[in-house]
Amino acid sequence: MVDPTPLPAPETALSVTGLTVAYTGAPAIEDVTARFAAAAMTAIIGPNGAGKSTLLKAALGLIPAVAGEVRVFGQPLAKSLPRIAYVPQRASVDWDFPARALDVVLMGLYRQTGALGRIGAQETAFARACLARVGMQAFETRQIGALSGGQQQRVFLARALAQRADLYLLDEPFAGVDAATESAIIAVLQSLRDEGRSIVAVHHDLATVPAYFDRVLLLNRRVVAEGPVATTFRQAQLAQTYGAALATAIPA
Amino acid sequence: MGSEFVPLTLPPMVIAILAALSCAAPGNYLILRRQAMLGDAMSHVVLPGIVAAFLLTGSAAPPILLIGALAAAALSAALIEGIRRLGGTDPGAAMGITFTAMFAAGVLMLEVSGAASVHLDVEHALYGNLEGLIWLDATGWSSLLDPAALAGLPPELPSLALVAGAILLALRLARRPLALASFDEGFARSMGLPVAALSAALVGLTALAAVAAFSAVGSILTIAMLICPPATARLLTDDLTTQLRLSLAFATLAAALGTLAAGYGPPLLGLSFTVSASGMIATLSGLGLAAAATLSPRRHGHAPKA
Repeated sequence: MVDPTPLPAPETALSVTGLTVAYTGAPAIEDVTARFAAAAMTAIIGPNGAGKSTLLKAALGLIPAVAGEVRVFGQPLAKSLPRIAYVPQRASVDWDFPARALDVVLMGLYRQTGALGRIGAQETAFARACLARVGMQAFETRQIGALSGGQQQRVFLARALAQRADLYLLDEPFAGVDAATESAIIAVLQSLRDEGRSIVAVHHDLATVPAYFDRVLLLNRRVVAEGPVATTFRQAQLAQTYGAALATAIPA
Repeated sequence: MGSEFVPLTLPPMVIAILAALSCAAPGNYLILRRQAMLGDAMSHVVLPGIVAAFLLTGSAAPPILLIGALAAAALSAALIEGIRRLGGTDPGAAMGITFTAMFAAGVLMLEVSGAASVHLDVEHALYGNLEGLIWLDATGWSSLLDPAALAGLPPELPSLALVAGAILLALRLARRPLALASFDEGFARSMGLPVAALSAALVGLTALAAVAAFSAVGSILTIAMLICPPATARLLTDDLTTQLRLSLAFATLAAALGTLAAGYGPPLLGLSFTVSASGMIATLSGLGLAAAATLSPRRHGHAPKA
């Protein structure tokens, strides 16, 4: 028989309460309240302009919020930044910057090395191991501008791995990457989840949501729905998020 | 040879090298951040600051001019931000409006005030006055060890040495955070780095470098010292540390060779005149950049973008 004891509510990695962000007056996200479960992979999905990246950036304090509160593992944001690894959109940086793949990964160790601390054999070996985990060990001395889009995204993920964070916030990690990179990235993220780490990713490919993620947050400037993929990623909620015109390939 | 070289050529050459080093170091980051225009802006807005400081105090002492120039730099930063916000113009246009207007005001202040007849004149402000920075107390190489003669060094030299040392030290200490913030600002902030303070510090150091170069090469040619050596170095390497070192080497080379070529080049060719040292330095810097752009092995076929 079914055990009558209800499952305990999952521990919360990231919680935002009443978060509102406005660009030149018009609210980009409005009164967003959400709990992102720990040790789970959550996708933030929604149409263009829904405020997905804005939610991520505001949760990190990168853009000012008009109102709202952010807590990470129950602590205020300022206190928990060292537990967070942020992977920005690949297109947000200038890849012509004079750096090798390994240099970018070493940036993830800045909290340990500081401005002047030595980067010795130990740090370099660890950065190499991070590159190896995303399958990029052969490219450590490659100028980052000479990498393909997918390889650049993997280097970004390796930099996040170097931070040894508990919460990973990724902005469109699969945008413009090849299929091999996509499966490599998802494998790494799932292994992180299996280690008990928490993943939140802005995602735009609805078709892969059930295969990749445990939970989903549907966003269209406001929260439409939040919960496990099996119960939340449904036609009715998606129609509400994207408008009624959405394809009907999604379970009802 | 030393009896002429030491008093007449050595001081301008050392001053040019110090100014070039002061400019090239922050110039590296301006280029990486695609803010070369900011360097141009700073080298122009320091003029009204310097003139105003001179008019208000009657003194041309380097620290006073420096304070005036930094105040003008801060004012220009506020104006650029204000025009951008209130007028809704793009940052490039806001910068263009601000620095040309402030520079023009500086030129007018120079002319109207009569400062021209005292210490500062328009030509020196625009093109610099390297040749005028001579060391009359020197009689030869032995003067370098003579305290009495050393006391007669142009005052620009020790103050520039101080400025150059401060700029190089500050940028050395801030290299890692500055590189991180220049490459990926969002990530840098998520690591808790004070990104806004780093940007402001870079603007401040650029203004400081512009003031330093002002006495040597003038407002207009300062941009060559800020941008050419780092841009040349960038074409030759994909490693930031190597780029920084190369840019300082190119800056030194262009300043030293430029001063020598301007003073000794035309007479060697049998001509009876000399040419402007600052003009020669800027020209050599430009030629170096052109050579790197055409000959650099790593620029055959650009790296794929995004």
